[in-house]
This record gives sequence, structure tokens and C-alpha cells, in this order.
Amino acid sequence: MSLLTLEDMNAVEITGLLDSAQNFLEVLDRPIPKVPALRGKTVAMMFFEPSTRTKLSFDRAAKALSADTLSFSPSGSSVSKGESLKDTAKTVLAMGPDAMVVRHKATGAPWRVADWTGIPVVNAGDGAHHHPTQGLLDALAIRQRFGSLDGLHIGILGDIRHSRVARSDIDAFTALGAKVTLIAPRTLLPPTLDSWNVETTSDLDGLLHDLDVLYTLRIQQERGAGSGFPSIAEYVKRFGVTSARAKRLKAEAVVLHPGPMNRGVEIAASVADGPRSLITTQVRNGVAVRMAVLFSLLGGEQ
Amino acid sequence: MSSIVVKNGLVMTSDGSTTADIVIEDGVVTAVGDDLTGEISIDASGCWVGPSFVDLHVHFREPGQEWKEDVASGSAAAAAGGFGAVVAMPNTTPAIDAGYLAEHITNRGAEVGLCDVFVAGALTEGRDGKALAHLDDLWDAGVRIFSDDGDSVADAGLLRRAMEYLQARGGIVAQHAEDSGLAAGGHMHEGVISSQLGISGLPSVAEEVIIARDLQLVELTGCRYHVQHVSTAGSVALVAAAKDKGLPVTAEVCPHHLALDHTLVLGMSGSAKMYPPLRDESDVVALVAGLRSGVIDCVATDHAPHSANEKEVPFEEAPRGVIGLETAAGVVNDAVGLESRAFFERMSVAPAEILGAAAHGQWVDLGTVANLVVFDPTEEWVVPRHGASKSSNTPWAGKPLTGRVQLTMLRGVVTYQKATS
Repeated sequence: MSLLTLEDMNAVEITGLLDSAQNFLEVLDRPIPKVPALRGKTVAMMFFEPSTRTKLSFDRAAKALSADTLSFSPSGSSVSKGESLKDTAKTVLAMGPDAMVVRHKATGAPWRVADWTGIPVVNAGDGAHHHPTQGLLDALAIRQRFGSLDGLHIGILGDIRHSRVARSDIDAFTALGAKVTLIAPRTLLPPTLDSWNVETTSDLDGLLHDLDVLYTLRIQQERGAGSGFPSIAEYVKRFGVTSARAKRLKAEAVVLHPGPMNRGVEIAASVADGPRSLITTQVRNGVAVRMAVLFSLLGGEQ
Repeated sequence: MSSIVVKNGLVMTSDGSTTADIVIEDGVVTAVGDDLTGEISIDASGCWVGPSFVDLHVHFREPGQEWKEDVASGSAAAAAGGFGAVVAMPNTTPAIDAGYLAEHITNRGAEVGLCDVFVAGALTEGRDGKALAHLDDLWDAGVRIFSDDGDSVADAGLLRRAMEYLQARGGIVAQHAEDSGLAAGGHMHEGVISSQLGISGLPSVAEEVIIARDLQLVELTGCRYHVQHVSTAGSVALVAAAKDKGLPVTAEVCPHHLALDHTLVLGMSGSAKMYPPLRDESDVVALVAGLRSGVIDCVATDHAPHSANEKEVPFEEAPRGVIGLETAAGVVNDAVGLESRAFFERMSVAPAEILGAAAHGQWVDLGTVANLVVFDPTEEWVVPRHGASKSSNTPWAGKPLTGRVQLTMLRGVVTYQKATS
């Protein structure tokens, strides 16, 4: 079994992982935040794209379960010498890991690695496709605040076209009963949304009063988001989560962001650090969610 | 040369189709009738016997990328697919933009002797889209079709000059229609699947705006114009309207675009990646209808070999293209179900006429040059994972097809015969 996408998971399966993550959060609060659940297991961290929080979070999660970790960074490895993904995967496999955590800039790369290696693979983000553990940790943060996602109205704001976070969030949020509205200029929405269970608007200001959750995405310059609007200043004016806009949200509404933030672009510092922000909760949940995922994939064998 | 008799096939003569025997001697058809004999006898019961296929669009990768394919292996694949003539595209290294390069490939084809290898010359020098290639030099080397295939000629002024220059000689400008701005960064058809996968798409309109623009230039210049690998319903409509106007326009369609749609990309295999990409189901329907009606003149494979290690990577990193020579007839038979004469019209007669290859695409009559194929439209077979091509990047590897080439003959010489099992 691998965790590659949330697309095919139902509310019961997602809730099970969230419940498990909630229990692991308690472990992380202990004086010695470690359990022996995966002692003797090895998890290979294969991050072919730069990552800070996701990589550290998976590493922390594996170690909190007493698993060993292997990792490499593409710039200082055989990948920079032109080794193919398949050869890298086979090479790491030969070192005997029990699971791989894969991030890659190309859609589908974790699926290929799972095919080639035959061991459990966790997708830590592939292209603009999926990032399932992010979807889970975001759902957990919202559930902690509201008790449930059922009936909530969640706005996802920004560069949805290039966002793997958005795709996994939509899967998780809608499976758990939330209503999702995508807020973006047409250029930052996927070309076709026919099969998506969402609404769309380019009128952020018209929607603020109705939202329980405003999920703000990063403007991903590296994926070409910048060509989707005339200038950063114009984007901020229409779509930036400024403190003035945050004030117009419902009293209990919250703001999330997957990080890394472009402060002053998609989100104002005062909002990111303010009382509505769940950003640090998201990061903390990330460790617990990844513990739950690794445990679900590797724990059953003991 | 020994005489060969092909017995009991449905023979495609210029007077119609008739179950008969034919005798081939000294490279020509010397008898059509009943109870004929020859030194070598071939049973064609239940098969169609017609002119060998003609492919206006193949990549033989020579010179420069011979690990993918070369003229010898490509010719063998062509013969195995029932083809007697192919047109090799000029996107090689170096690009075929001068006469001596075209002659080299034609000569290699003749040395190999498994099919007649014609060459498309580049339209622009080095396929850079900046200056005209050595068009006269190429013409003198026998080139009649000119294309920067792999890329569109983006500069309309340059394309106009090419058309004006070639019009007087009767040359054909063939266009790989893909607007570089609209298609930028794309790896698959832009639509519901690309949105779901988060992969940048090549929208249908990227093809259609180029065809629409080019057709205006055809109207201006009167140059013959051939649309390569038509892939969208909108493109079919543009070609139909141009033909209604009487413009000198022809079009080809690839077998994979007649049979498959973009849902195949969900499997994320490199064998599902080619440009133009697999489109929507509605496009497939329009292409099949276009081929049936004749708006699309012919089938062309866009046979594009790549080695397994090049394709065995994440989808976005895979090179574009699939091989097609050895499966084309079966795929077209399966996907379109043309009756026998229409099948040979689209696979042989029409492309030979576009190319001006007089010895090809001729109905099987007394005195016809024996460039022939024996095709069984009912044989069910499973496509082998490796065939005559050096490469095996096809979505049909291991898949069943109905309709299989039994024998191919070039000027009376058998260039392929199905192994008897």
C-alpha cells in the first residue's frame, strides 16, 4: 500500500487517519516524544525538489516512530550527474528501505517509483498534481478549530492551476462535507473544471463575508504563476489577504497558508501572525499526520 | 526472377474489387484471373490484395539519433507494416535542409531496399524558422514536400515567402500546426484530464490558429498545403471549409488519434505522449468522420521512435512521439472500419498521389508495378512488445488488434512475410 492521492479516499478513511494523527499529537506533547512503533524500519526520503518543512516534517515523524531515515539532496548526488529517476529509485531500494517518501517536480513520479520498487511510497508532492499529507494536515487543522468540516464554506485563494496543495485540499475538504469555492483570476484556475466538485469566483471581496475558512496559496513564481496576472501589485490589490480583508471575514473565520509564504504578496504579515492564522498549527499537525500515514503503511506488519 | 502467384485474395483493381489470383513477374503484375499458377504460390484467401501503403510522415532518426532508429530498421518496420513508400521528416541532426543530405537518405533507402524512402526537406535553414532552407537544392534532390515538422513555422512572412517560392514548382508546404505561445510548456491535451493531473496542456486552439492563418496564406499564394497530423475537430472543419473553397489543401491523420483519447494519459506512461497530443473523445469522432468522408485525405503514422530508457521517466520528462508503422493498418482497420477500397484509398492511393510517387498507390491491374500488400482484415493478433523497429514506444505493445499484414512486396520482391506459426 502507498499513499499517493486522496482522490480515491472516502470520509471514513480520511477521518481514520485524522483520528490517528490526533493521537500522535498527544505523543508529541510527551516529555520524551517518541514511540517504538516503527523500530527497525527504514524510511528513505527522496526529495528531488527543494523542500524545508515537508522534508523536516517527514523526518521528524519517522524518528518519532523510532524508524531510521535515509535521505539525499539532488544537488549533491548522482541525480545532478544525470542519473535517471528509475536508477536512483532502484539504487536506494537496494539499500533496503521499507518505504519511500517521494517529492518530484513531475506529475506521477511517485506512482512510477511505486511501480519500479514495489514498496510503499508516500507522495510528498508531485508537480502540480497531489500532496496528500498536506491535504490531511490542513483538514486536521480545520477540524480542530470547528469540530468538523461538514457544512463549512472554505475558500481556496490564488494559484490553483499550479497547486498540488489545492488539488489535495479539495479532495480532503469535499470528502469531509465542506463546500469549496476557488477564488482566482481565470488565468490561475485549471483550464477545465468540469469534473471538479467546486464553485469558482474571481470576486474575493464579494465572498469574504460568507467564508468560514480562507485558504491562501502561495504565488508560485517558479511554476509560472507570475505570467497569470499583470503585476504583483495588481494581484495584491485584488487578491491579497490584507488586514482590511481579514477584518471583513466572519468573526470565527480562520486563515491558512501552506508555506512558504510570500509575506506582503498573497498574505499580509499582520494576518499571517494574527489571531485568525492557523499556520503554525498546520506545521505541527504535519508531523502528526505523517506519523499517522507512515504508521498506517508500515505499522501493520508488526 | 521467379514468378509469384497470389491466390484467392480480394484484388483491388481499377474496375473494382474481385476475388482472383494475380501473377507477378519481373516486378510487375502480369496476370489477373482464375486458376493462375506461378513458381511461388501465396495463399491470400480472406485477404485484401492492394497497393502497398504510403506513409507521408515518419521519423527514421538518421542522421544523428541512430540509437532510436535508422533507415535500415525503419525500412524493416515499414515493410512489416505493409508500407512500400515513406516520407522521412527532416528533423534530424543535422536537419535535412540541403540537397546532399536528402540524397544521402534516399540512397540509404535504396541500399536497404525494403521500401522507397522519400525525404521531406526542411522549410527553413536548420529548422530555425529564420531563413529559407536550400529549397531549389532540395528540389533537385527529388524533394517535393517541405516541412519544419516538430515545430511550426511561426513567422508568417517567412512562410509566405516559402509558399510563393514553391508555388510555381508545385512543391508542397506541410505544416506541423502548433502555435508556440499557446502550446508553451504543454505536455498533453489541455482539458479535463490535464486539469486533473496538473499538467500544462496544448490547447486545441494552438493547432487551429496556425491552420487558419496558413489557409489565408494559401489563398494568397496558391501554394499546395498539407496539414500534418490533424488532431482536433476544429481543424477538420477548417480543412473542410478550405476544400469547399477549392484551395489546394490536403490533410493527414495519425492512427493513434483515430483510436485513442487523452484519458490514456491517466496511466502516465510515456507511450501516451506525442504532439499533437491525444485529444478529447469528440475529436476522435470528428477525425474518424473526416477520414471516412475524405476531408482528411490519408493516414500517416508520425512514426517517432524513442528508446525505452528515454520513455521510462515521468510523463512530463518523456520525449514526444510513438512508433506506428507496424500497427497502422490494424489500428485503422479496428478504429475506422473502412470498407476495402476506401481503406486502400486512405492508406495508399491518396498519399501516393499527394507525394507524386507514380509507382505507388496504383490499383492492381495488368502491368501495374508490383508494390503490393496482402492484408487480412479479420486476423486477430496481439502486438509484440518488440518488432522490427529499434524502438518499442507504442501504446499497443501487448494489446490486441484486428487486421494484420500478411505480405509486402516492393517491385515484385517480398520485403515482408508474416512468420508462419
